[in-house]
Amino acid sequence: MNARDRILARVRAAVEGAPEAPPVVRDYLVSHTPDDPAAVLDLLHENLVDYRARVHRTDEAGIGALVAGLLAARGAGSVLVPRGLPPEWLAEAACAHVEDGAESTAADLDAVTSVVTGCALAIAETGTLVLDGGPAQGRRRITLVPDHHICVVRVPGQIVASVPQAMARLDPGRPLTWISGPSATSDIELDRVEGVHGPRTLDVVLLSP
Amino acid sequence: MSGTFVGMPAFPKAARDAVRDTTLRGNLRHATHTIRDKRAKAVAELDDWQQLREAGKRIKDLTLRHLDRHLLRLEESVTAAGGTVHWAADAAEANRIVGDLVKATGETEVVKVKSMATQEIGLNEALAAEGIHAYETDLAELIVQLGDDRPSHILVPAIHRNRAEIRAIFRDRMAGWGRPAPEGLTDNPADLAEAARLHLREKFLRAKVGISGANFMVAETGTLVVFESEGNGRMCLTLPETLISVVGIEKTVPTWQDLEVFLQTLPRSSTAERMNPYTSMWTGTADGDGPQTFHLVLLDNGRTDALADDVGRQALRCIRCSACLNVCPVYERAGGHAYGSVYPGPIGAILTPQLRGTTSEIDASLPYASSLCGACYEVCPVAIDIPEVLVHLREKVADRGGPGHRLEKAAMKAATWAMDHPGAMAAGERAASRTRALHPRRPPGAGAWTDSRDLPELPAEPFRDWWRKNRT
Repeated sequence: MNARDRILARVRAAVEGAPEAPPVVRDYLVSHTPDDPAAVLDLLHENLVDYRARVHRTDEAGIGALVAGLLAARGAGSVLVPRGLPPEWLAEAACAHVEDGAESTAADLDAVTSVVTGCALAIAETGTLVLDGGPAQGRRRITLVPDHHICVVRVPGQIVASVPQAMARLDPGRPLTWISGPSATSDIELDRVEGVHGPRTLDVVLLSP
Repeated sequence: MSGTFVGMPAFPKAARDAVRDTTLRGNLRHATHTIRDKRAKAVAELDDWQQLREAGKRIKDLTLRHLDRHLLRLEESVTAAGGTVHWAADAAEANRIVGDLVKATGETEVVKVKSMATQEIGLNEALAAEGIHAYETDLAELIVQLGDDRPSHILVPAIHRNRAEIRAIFRDRMAGWGRPAPEGLTDNPADLAEAARLHLREKFLRAKVGISGANFMVAETGTLVVFESEGNGRMCLTLPETLISVVGIEKTVPTWQDLEVFLQTLPRSSTAERMNPYTSMWTGTADGDGPQTFHLVLLDNGRTDALADDVGRQALRCIRCSACLNVCPVYERAGGHAYGSVYPGPIGAILTPQLRGTTSEIDASLPYASSLCGACYEVCPVAIDIPEVLVHLREKVADRGGPGHRLEKAAMKAATWAMDHPGAMAAGERAASRTRALHPRRPPGAGAWTDSRDLPELPAEPFRDWWRKNRT
């Protein structure tokens, strides 16, 4: 018998005659937040800040200048541009634009200062951005290797209140990255310190129409 | 489980040594108390915590009841998404599979995401024997690896080290493993994190093979999930060309929707955060994004033994949050090493003896490494009744006999008879009261107990007689 058959046989023998387990009751809340888009937006803002993301609000008319300002303040020599990024987001950015391509290596990405992406959605109750590799997001590695990530969230369309609401909208077939603040560790005396391997600076732009 | 901790003394001896180490006690007290208070606040934010806890418990119980079906579904989904599934009945099989997969790539080094399963099977040691270097990339695991140390906590394996000790390890050891620690390294946690970032970056950028575990596997979609904080997980899961994940079979959940429960309960229970900084979810391979070769090694290694135990199987619900360690008065004083296993604390005391049996002295002593205060059950996000399992395992150890346990069994048997015969019990109590002047202060055979405790005084008359006279 191979390992697969042995394990399956052992599993079956182990639970044979065990009583049926009670059904799962999903009586937990779908959301902990009142259904008010302005309140949900404020909560997202507050929770992002609480985990040390820097949050900015703007509209379509102001995004070019805002992103250019963030890149300049960082002293960014170059910015990674995923496919499908709306051109107006980087229209005023003076630094070199680097298109991400399959041929660029991890070391190439390490030489780039910043990256600008969109997202799939943002979760207000936890201050979380979810990326799914869709348009304006690119491969997972481009939001990981550069030390500075600017992530644009469309208000209100891309904001949900809660984790259950997010799960219902996400496609498990896509590679998903949930980001809640810049990288951090609690490994030294169980105290949170921001900034380890992922981007140490996370700018979130809440973009209204 | 493997012999990572072979030769460990039984819990009482190891704990005695640990409680004399004042630095260790100070480090543990500071860390566990910090996280305890923060966790309580994070949990209190959710009004429906008890419903989430009950749902998590039921999802796990229902999955375990039909685990064969869900594992087959998982295998089908992962395969359809471009992954390859392997099955390993024990540690040796798992290590052989992983070793062969790495060798087939032609690589001699791998980067690792922190994983309890690979610790449990002693994968790093097995790979080293094949000439393959496994680099731990979690900060705490790095501290343990560089310090030639052993993990002492599920979530924070270097919890027994304070910042000054970590600085010394980095300063003295990093150069031997790659990029040396920066000149003038301080013990400021931010500087220590920066040193780890610089040291590991060159390894991430050149790695061709990554090895991980997983917190959850979704049977219906074939999705694997890793919760982490530092970004080392994302590095290992996305930069290499080949990814090998070694995961215990009990990590399966049936549906995508089931994750919504654990995505709420795990971070709050574990690091006391609304959400941990990074969670990665991947389903097989994705074109042009991340590893193009994915292997999943499903690990039994004693889990089906635990599954066969009516009371003990609830330990398989565990989502490795480590909340039970952080509230445990015994763990706080004894530290993780005393448990002689990669799974320390209350959950370790019920998991380890089930995974590897109770034939060794340390494993037979683990069910006794508790005061049964129940704090672990209170905080468990999947409601594992750890005290219940501890008592159950004590019975099993006692039933098997051995010095001490035979006496205890005889005493319990006599007590049972007396309780069943109230007349005899009352007569015995009266006899004891009348002869109390004659009782020895230190009964023979109980020296270890009375060395540090006084026997209670026997009253002049039994309680039942007093009650009859005064209250009826």
